[in-house]
Amino acid sequence: MIKAILIFNNHGKPRLSKFYEHYSEDTEQQIIRETFHLVSKRDENVCNFLEGGMLIGGSDYRLIYRHYATLYFVFCVDSSESELGILDLIQVFVETLDKCFENVCELDLIFHVDKVHNILAEMVMGGMVLETNMNEIITQVDSQNKMEKSEQSP
Amino acid sequence: MKELMVRAIYCEMLGYEASFSYIHAIKLAQQGTALEKRVGYLAVSLFLNESHELLLLLVNTVLKDLQSTNLIEVCMALTVVSQMFPKDMIPAILPLVEEKLNHPKEIIRRKAVLALYKFYLIAPNQVQHIHNKFRKALCDKDPGVMTASLHIYLQMIQENPEGYKDLTTSFVTILKQVVGGKLPMDFNYHSVPAPWLQIQLLRILLFCSTIFLCRDVAALCIHCYCIQPLSSFPAILYESAKCIGNFVLSLKINLKYLGLKALTYVVQQHPKLALQHQMTIIECLDHPDLIIKRETLELLFRITNAQNVSVIVEKMLDPFLKIMLCCCIIYTLFIVLILFSYEEYTYAPDNEWFIETMSTVFSVGGDMMQPDIPNSFLKLLSEGFDSVEEDRKLRLFAVDSYVSLLQGEPGKLPQRFLQVISWVLGEYSYLREELEAATVLRLLAKLLDMKSTSSETKSWVLMAMTKLCEGGAGVSVTQEVCETYGSSLDTVLRQRAQELQHLSQDCELRARVLPRGAGLEPLEVDSSLSFLDGFVSEALAAGAAPYKAPHQRQEELAQAKALSLEPYGLSLPISMSSCSIADRQSPTLLSVSSGLSTTLKLDGVKRVWGREGYLSEREPVEESAHVEVPSPLQSPSQQGEADSSQSQTLTPIPTPQPEQEKQQLASSLFVGLGSQSSVCLMGKSESTTQRFRRKAKDLAVSSLEQTSQLSQGPAAANGICDVELTGSDMSETSPTLIRDNGVVAADPAPHEDPDKLKDLCLRTHLPAEFSGLCHSEITPLCTNQTLDFSACHLQKEDSLALVVFIYNSSDSDIQEILLELDSDELEVSCVCDSPVQEARSHSVAVCQYSLTVKRPSVHVEVVGTASYQFPAGTPHSAQFSYKLPLTSFIRPLTVSTEEYGAMWLDFSHDTKQKLTLISDGQEPLTDTLNVLKKKLQLHVVEIIGMEGIVACRLLRDQPCLMHCRLHAGTLSVWLRSPVPDLPDCLMYHCQRALQEH
Repeated sequence: MIKAILIFNNHGKPRLSKFYEHYSEDTEQQIIRETFHLVSKRDENVCNFLEGGMLIGGSDYRLIYRHYATLYFVFCVDSSESELGILDLIQVFVETLDKCFENVCELDLIFHVDKVHNILAEMVMGGMVLETNMNEIITQVDSQNKMEKSEQSP
Repeated sequence: MKELMVRAIYCEMLGYEASFSYIHAIKLAQQGTALEKRVGYLAVSLFLNESHELLLLLVNTVLKDLQSTNLIEVCMALTVVSQMFPKDMIPAILPLVEEKLNHPKEIIRRKAVLALYKFYLIAPNQVQHIHNKFRKALCDKDPGVMTASLHIYLQMIQENPEGYKDLTTSFVTILKQVVGGKLPMDFNYHSVPAPWLQIQLLRILLFCSTIFLCRDVAALCIHCYCIQPLSSFPAILYESAKCIGNFVLSLKINLKYLGLKALTYVVQQHPKLALQHQMTIIECLDHPDLIIKRETLELLFRITNAQNVSVIVEKMLDPFLKIMLCCCIIYTLFIVLILFSYEEYTYAPDNEWFIETMSTVFSVGGDMMQPDIPNSFLKLLSEGFDSVEEDRKLRLFAVDSYVSLLQGEPGKLPQRFLQVISWVLGEYSYLREELEAATVLRLLAKLLDMKSTSSETKSWVLMAMTKLCEGGAGVSVTQEVCETYGSSLDTVLRQRAQELQHLSQDCELRARVLPRGAGLEPLEVDSSLSFLDGFVSEALAAGAAPYKAPHQRQEELAQAKALSLEPYGLSLPISMSSCSIADRQSPTLLSVSSGLSTTLKLDGVKRVWGREGYLSEREPVEESAHVEVPSPLQSPSQQGEADSSQSQTLTPIPTPQPEQEKQQLASSLFVGLGSQSSVCLMGKSESTTQRFRRKAKDLAVSSLEQTSQLSQGPAAANGICDVELTGSDMSETSPTLIRDNGVVAADPAPHEDPDKLKDLCLRTHLPAEFSGLCHSEITPLCTNQTLDFSACHLQKEDSLALVVFIYNSSDSDIQEILLELDSDELEVSCVCDSPVQEARSHSVAVCQYSLTVKRPSVHVEVVGTASYQFPAGTPHSAQFSYKLPLTSFIRPLTVSTEEYGAMWLDFSHDTKQKLTLISDGQEPLTDTLNVLKKKLQLHVVEIIGMEGIVACRLLRDQPCLMHCRLHAGTLSVWLRSPVPDLPDCLMYHCQRALQEH
C-alpha cells in the first residue's frame, strides 16, 4: 500500500502532499522535512530507493523517489509494493502531468494544486494503485473537465 | 469560493492550520456545481480524517452523489469513500456501493471494487456477505476491474488460504492469459505484458500454496522480484540465483539494489548460493551509494557463520564508522551480531578481540545506541561460559583495557561506555591483584570531577566506588567524594553518596550487603514484601488508609464519577469488601475474615512499598548481574577447525596486490558456507561471467592449494555446486523404510457411505493403548486425489496425544510420506519411530504425536506439511492445520488448602473478571463451580461460605489457581499463574463455559 505521496522542490518547500493514512499536522510536516533531508543528500548516480526513514512506519517502509529538474517526487510505500512498479508509476505520473499542462513546471503545481490532485486521484485511490495507463488517465481527466465546462457555460 | 478553497489547501500543505475552512469545504461539496463540488471533495479528503466529527455532515452528500446519474459525481463520491469514511457509517452506504459493482461503466466498477476493499480493511465483518460479488469482479471482462479485485483476494487469501483453494485455477488461467499477451497492448511495459499484475498473481498463487512453475514468465525484472514469493521452492531458487547474478552485476544502480535484495532472500534459504557472487558482493561493499552498502552489509550479516565472523565484523566496522549516522538500524544489527557470535557459537576469535571490538563499538556508537546493548554486554560478562578460567581471563582483560582507557583521556568517551567501564571495574577489578583498589578509586573519582559526566553516569561511578572501597585503601578519596555529593541536589546521587559513606566505614555491613561475586547467584526477591508486615500493621493501627492497587483506585474513581443508583446504605460495605479482595494476599487467609466486611483488613496493605520504594537501595546493583540460565554451548572442536581453515586462507598468492587483497577477503568472508566452500565457488564463478574469469582463476590456484593441504576428500575436487546441492536435498528425504508395524493395519472393508464408514474404520486404527480413552471427533484435515488426512486428539493423564490418519485411496502404494508438524504455541514431539510413513493402497497409516503447551493462547493450532512421492516419481506435498482449544490441555491439580495458599503468593501473573452466575439452583456458587469442573476439568479445592478456590494445571505442570467469590449477584474470579498468558486464556474459557451452559 502507498502511505504517502510527497512532492517538494530542491529547497524542501512542499508542492504537493497526500497522505493515505492519518497523521497529525505536525507529524506530516516533520515527515516532509525528514524525507527531504534523506533524499536531498543523495547523489544523482545512486539508486532511487531509500530505507530507514524513522517517521513513517519504520523498517517495513521504503521511500521511492525520482528527481526531475527542480522537483522531487517521493512515494512512501510498504513492503507489499514493488519498487520498480512504483518507480514506473512516478514516471507515468510525471508524463501525465506533462501532457495535461503542456510542459509542466513547478509553477503549474503551485497554481493548479486541485488539478494535480485530481490526476493523482485517478492513479491512486485510497493508497491502492488504480490505473497505470497514461492514456486512460488522461481520458478520465479530460472527460471530467469537459463535463464541468458544459455545466458551467449555461 | 473555489479559489479560496484551493488556497486553504495550499496553506494546509505548508503546515499552517486552516481548520476554519473545514466546514466550508463540506458545504462546497454539498451545494456547489460539479467543478466546485470536486474542489470541495478534494479539500475534504485532504483536511479531514476518519475520526473527524465534521465527517458526519458529509455522509448525506455522499449518499446523494452515489445515487446521481452523473458519472463524475459518482466517481468523486467513491474516491472520497475510499480515502476516508467512518467505520460506523459503512452500513449506510454499503448497498449503494455494492450496486455500483454492476454499473455499465468499468471505471465505476473498478472504483467500487477498491472502495469495498477499503471497507474490508476497516471492518471485515461488514463486507462478509458480498464475497460472491468479488468473484464476479474477478471474472469481469474489463482487465482493470479484475486487477482491482486482486487486491482484495491477496488480502483475503493471506488471511485464510484454505477458503479460496477453488479459485486457484482461475488465477492460473488469468496468469496464463496475461503471459500469453491476451491483454490490450496498453498494459505492456517494455514489451513485457503487465509485469506488476503478474507479480500480484504470483503472490496470490503462493498463498494458495500450489506448486506452480512458471519459468517462461521469467522476463528479467519479474524474475527478480518473484524470488521473494517463490523462495520456498528450491528448484526455482536455483534457477533464479543465476539471474540474480546478472542483476548484481548490472551497471544500472536500481537493478543492483534489487539484485542484492533478492540475494539476501535467497541466501537465507541456501547460503551456498552466495558463493558464486562473492566477488561482486565485495565490490558492492566499496560502492559509493550508502543504501547499496547497507544492503550488502545486511547480506553479509545473513551469511555469518563460525569461521568468517571476525572478518565480517572487521569489514562492517570499517564502513559503518562512516555511514553509522544515517543508518542506525544496521548499527544495531551489527552489535547484536557481535554479541550473538560470542555467545552462541563461543567462537569469537579470542577474548582480546571481543573486548577490543566492543570498546570500539561503544566509543564510536556512543549515546546513540539502544540501552539494552550495554546491558546484554554486561550480562555476558557476568554470566560467563562453561570454563571458569576463560571467564576469569575475559574479565581480567576487560579490567586491564578499561583501566588503561581511563588513564588515557576519559573525557572523550561517551556516557554509556563510561557506565559500562565503571560497572566492570567495580565488579571485577579485584581479579587483578597487583592493581590497587585505591588507584581505581582515584581514576573513578577523576570521572566524577569531569564536567561532561552526566548525573546518571555519576551514580554508576559512585556505585562502583561503593563496591571497591574495601579496607583502608582510598579512604581519603571516598571521604572527599562523599562530602562533595552528600549534599548534592540530585537525590539519587545524594543517596549513593550516603551509601558509600556508610558502607566504607562499616566493613561488616558491607560484606553482607555486597558479597563478592554475588552476581552469580540468582537473587531471590520476596515479591510479597512480607518483611514489611509489622511495619504495615503498625501504620494501619495508627490510622493509615489501606493500600489499593492502581487499577482498583482507578476503578473506584470511575465509580465515584458515575451516578450511583444504589441506595445510600449499601454503598459503604460494598466498597469495603471490594478493597479487601484486591490486595496481594492469599484468599485462604482472606476467607476467614470475609464474613465480617466492616472490620479493617490489616494485611491489605502489603504493596505500599512498590517497585520504586524501599528495595531500590540494593536491587539495582545486583539486578544488573542477575543470572538465571547459563547459555547453551557448542563443542569447542568447531573453533579449532575454524582456526585452522582461517590460517589456510591467508596463504600468499602471487597476484597483483589489490586483486589479491580482494580475493583474500573473499575467501575469508565466504569460508564455511558449506564444507567445500572455496572450491565449489571456483567451478561456478568460472562459468558465470567473463568479467571475473581472471580473478576466479587466481582464486582457483589458491583454493586448490588449500584443498590439497586440507585434503577434504574427492567430493571437494570436482567443484560442481549443483551436484553437491542436489545431493544434500536428496539426503533430507533419505529413505528410511522402517514400517510402523502394528499401526498400519490390514485392508479395511471397502466402504460405500464414505463419511460415516470412514470415521468408523479410522476409529479402528486408533493405536491399542488409546482404546480405553475417549477421543475427539475425527476431523478431516485435507484431501487430494490420493491421500486423505484426518486427525483426532486424545486426552491422557499426562499428555495430549494427536493422532493423524493418512488414508491412501489410490491403487498404488505410496512410500516415504514425510509428515512434519509445527506450531507456534505448542511443542510437538513424534511418538512413532520415524516421521516417515508408508501408506499401502487402500489402507490407513497412523502417526502419533504428543503435544505440550509452549505458550498459552485461547486456541492453539498445529500446522502440518506432508510431502510424499508417487512410485512414478513426482513429488507432492499437502498442507493442513488442526485447531484445538486450550482446554484440552487443562488437567485438575490436586492440592490442599494450605498448599494453595503458599502457591498463591508465588505467582506473579493474574487477571480478574466478573462472570455470570448460574443461579437456577439453591447454591449458585457450588453449581457454577461444578459446571466449570465438569467442562474444564478443574479441581475444586474448597468452598468456604461465599468463596471457592479452584486449581488446575496446564500440561505439563504449569499450575493455575482460581479464586471465586460471590459478589452482588456475580462471580468475581481471580486467576493467578506463573505463566504469562495463561490466566487470560483460562478466563476466556470459563466465560465461554458458563455462557454455553
